[in-house]
Amino acid sequence: MTAATTNTPVACPGCLATPVEGAPVALPDARVVLSLPTIHCQACIAKVEKALNAHPGIKNARVNLTLKRALVEAEPGVNAPELVTLLEGEGFEAHELDPGALNETATRMASRDILMRLAVAGFASMNVMLLSVAVWSGATDSTRDLFHWISAAIAIPAIAFSAQPFFRNAWAALRAGRLNMDVPITLAILLALVTSLWETWLSGHHAYFDAALTLTFFLLAGRWLDARARSAARSAAEELTALEVPRAWRIEAEGPSEVSVAELRVDDLVLVRPGGRAPVDGVVTEGHSEVDRAMLTGETLPEVRGVGDVISAGEVNLTGPLTLRATAVGQDTSLQRMAELVAVAESGRSRYTSLADRAAKLYAPGVHILSALAFLGWLIWSGDMRISLNIAAAVLIITCPCALGLAVPAVTTAASGRLFGKGLLIKNATALERLAEVDTVVFDKTGTLTTGKPRLSNWADLNARQQEVAYALAQGSSHPLSRAIVAVAQSAGLPVQPLKGLVEKPGFGTEAEANGQIQRLGRPDWVGVAVEQDGICAALDVGDGAPVFLTFEDDARMGATDAISGLKDAGIRVVLLSGDRVTAVREFAAELQVSEWHAAMLPHQKAQFVKALREEGHHVLMVGDGLNDTAALATAHVSISPAQALDAARAASDMVLLGQDLSPVAEAVLVARQATKRIKENFRIATLYNVIAVPLAVAGMATPLIAALAMSTSSITVSLNALRVRGRG
Amino acid sequence: MNVLAYLIPISLILGGLGLVGFLYTLKSRQYDDPDGDSRRILSDTWDDAPKP
Repeated sequence: MTAATTNTPVACPGCLATPVEGAPVALPDARVVLSLPTIHCQACIAKVEKALNAHPGIKNARVNLTLKRALVEAEPGVNAPELVTLLEGEGFEAHELDPGALNETATRMASRDILMRLAVAGFASMNVMLLSVAVWSGATDSTRDLFHWISAAIAIPAIAFSAQPFFRNAWAALRAGRLNMDVPITLAILLALVTSLWETWLSGHHAYFDAALTLTFFLLAGRWLDARARSAARSAAEELTALEVPRAWRIEAEGPSEVSVAELRVDDLVLVRPGGRAPVDGVVTEGHSEVDRAMLTGETLPEVRGVGDVISAGEVNLTGPLTLRATAVGQDTSLQRMAELVAVAESGRSRYTSLADRAAKLYAPGVHILSALAFLGWLIWSGDMRISLNIAAAVLIITCPCALGLAVPAVTTAASGRLFGKGLLIKNATALERLAEVDTVVFDKTGTLTTGKPRLSNWADLNARQQEVAYALAQGSSHPLSRAIVAVAQSAGLPVQPLKGLVEKPGFGTEAEANGQIQRLGRPDWVGVAVEQDGICAALDVGDGAPVFLTFEDDARMGATDAISGLKDAGIRVVLLSGDRVTAVREFAAELQVSEWHAAMLPHQKAQFVKALREEGHHVLMVGDGLNDTAALATAHVSISPAQALDAARAASDMVLLGQDLSPVAEAVLVARQATKRIKENFRIATLYNVIAVPLAVAGMATPLIAALAMSTSSITVSLNALRVRGRG
Repeated sequence: MNVLAYLIPISLILGGLGLVGFLYTLKSRQYDDPDGDSRRILSDTWDDAPKP
C-alpha cells in the first residue's frame, strides 16, 4: 500500500528500452487496480481471484466487492491491458484504474479515525451512564463519591482522546478570530469536566461526567455520518477520474510505443488512433480524418482535418489515424487553459455559507452570553462561586448543540443515500442546500440533454437495395455515423452482405466495388452531391449514379423530457444553452418544449449568461458536460454533470449523474428542498428543547438527570426526523 | 456494598475487552469490504485449509 506512483514509468531510461515494439509499457513496480462493475456474488469473487492468481507473474490478487475492484500485486512486466483481456475472457467487464488518482487511503483513514474515537466515547459514556444511574437512583455519601471518582477516571482520558477533533477545530477557529460550532462544544465539555471534578472533590451532589461524554458521543456520531457519506462520494468520483488512464502513443525511432501523457514533450510525434482523444495540442503531419469537437464547442458536426491543420487536446479523432507534432503539452494545452477559467469562477462560490454555519453564527454567541449572564447573575445574587459555576456549566451543557450537530449530517446522509440510489453522486457538502434554492435551470444540449450519439432518421425512406448497400458499407468503418447505420440495420434484422474490396478513405467515407460499379458512403461532397439541407448528413451512392442523403438526428437522452417537465412542475424556469447551430437547437428545443433557448454560444458567453442571471438574483443550476460548459458550471450556484463528461467538467460540478438517465435531476431538486425543510425543522426541534430546558438550567433546577434526558431525547428526535427524507424512495 | 469493589473492576474490564476487540478489528481493516466478506463465507474455496 505504499506507492501510489506506480503509473509513472520511466524513472530509468532502461525501462523504455525493454518493451517489445508496439507493446504497452510494462509498469515498473506493478500494483494494478481494476474496476469490475459487473461482479455481484461469491462465485464472481472466486472466479476472478482464481483467474488472476493463476496468471503468471501475479503475486496476489484480491477482490473488494464493496468497491467492485480488484487489487493486484504483480511482478514487473505484468501490464493492465492483458489482465483486462484475461477477465473479459472469463466474462467480466473490467477497466483499468489509475492508482495515482485513487487516494482512498486518506479519506478512509479520516473516517476510521473518527470511528475509533466514537468507539472509545461510546464505551466510556455507557459505563459512566451506568454509574450515574446508580447515583440518580439514590446512592449517597461515600458510594456516590466513589462513583463520581470512577466516572472521572473514565471520563477524563476518554474525552482527552475522543473529543480531540472538536478541540482542534475550535482552536483553529479561535486563532483565526472566528466562532464556530466547535467553540461552544469545547467550552461546554471542558467546563463540565472542571466543575464536575470540583464538585467531586468537595463531595457534591451533581457531576456532569456522563453529560460531557454523551455529548461527545452524539457529536462524533454526526461527524462520522458526515465523513462516511463524503468518503463514499469522493471514492466514486475518484473512480470516474481513475478510469481515464492518461496514455498516449508516441512515435519513436523503433515505432509507436505507449507512454504516459505526462512524458510527452513539445515536438514529439504523437499517434492518435480512430476513437482516441488527442492528448496534446498539435499540428497534423500525417493522415486525414474527421474530428469530433463536441466536448470543446458543443458542435455536433464532425470537422475534417488534414496535414497542416491544428488539433486541440480533447478533440476525438473519428476515422483515420492521425500523426500530430505536439505544439503544447500538459499545462499549456488549450484544455488546461480552459480549466483555469474554472478556478477563477469557483472562488465566487466559496462565499456560500451553509445552514449549519449560519445557525452556528446565531447560536454560538447566544449561548456564551446566556451562560455568562447566568454565571454573573448567580454570583451577584448568592455570592457563591461554586453554585454559579455549576449553573453556568449546566446552561452550556443543556444548550449544547448535540441536536444541532446531528441536524445537518443526519439529513444530508439520508438524502444523499437516497439520491445515490437514483444514480446521483453528491460531491460537495453544501450542494444539497444550494440545490434547494434553485429557481432557474440551464441545460447544455449536446451530450447532456442529448445522447451525443447520432441516429439515422430516414432509414424507412430508402429502398431495400439502398438499405443493404448502406449496411454493408457502414460495416467497414467505426465512424459514429456508420455505427448508427449498422445499429438501425441490425435492429431491422437485415442480413449481412459482405462487399468485395471495401476500403475506408479516412475523412471521406467508405467505398466498394460491385458489378463494376463503385459504391460509396460518406461525405456528400465526396460522393458527388452538394449539401442542400442543414443538419448532420451523409450521402450514399449505390453505384447507379443517383446519390441519396442519409440524415441523422441526435436523440434526446433518456429521461430528458421527464426531467424538464418535472422541473417546470416544480415552478423552475428552464433555459437551453448550446454551442450548436441555430436550426439544430431550435428543433430540439421545440421537441422538449423548452421555450427559452440560445444557440451558437461560446464558452465565455455561457458563463456570462449564467453570471447575468446570478446578478439578477436568480439561483442557477447548470447541467452540462463539455469543456465549453466548464466555466458556466463553476459560475452557477450549483451544477450537475453526467459521468460521461470530460474530467474538467466533472471536477467543476457539485454533483455527478452516474447513469444514462436524466430524470434524477428533477427529483434531486425535490429531495433537496425536502432535505432543507427537514434541516430547518431539526433546528426548530433543537431550539424547542432548549426553550424548555434553559429556564430550568438558569433557575438552577437542572440536575444531571434532566440534562441527560434533554440531550438524548432531542438527539433521537432529530435523527428520526432526518430519516423521513429517506422514505418513499 | 463491598461487593462493588469486585463488580465495578470486573464490568470495566469486560467492557474494555469489547472495546479492545473492536479497535483490533478496525486496525486490521476488517471493515474495508463488508459486502465481500459476507459473501466469501458462502464460497467453499478455503473450507478445508486456511488461505496460506
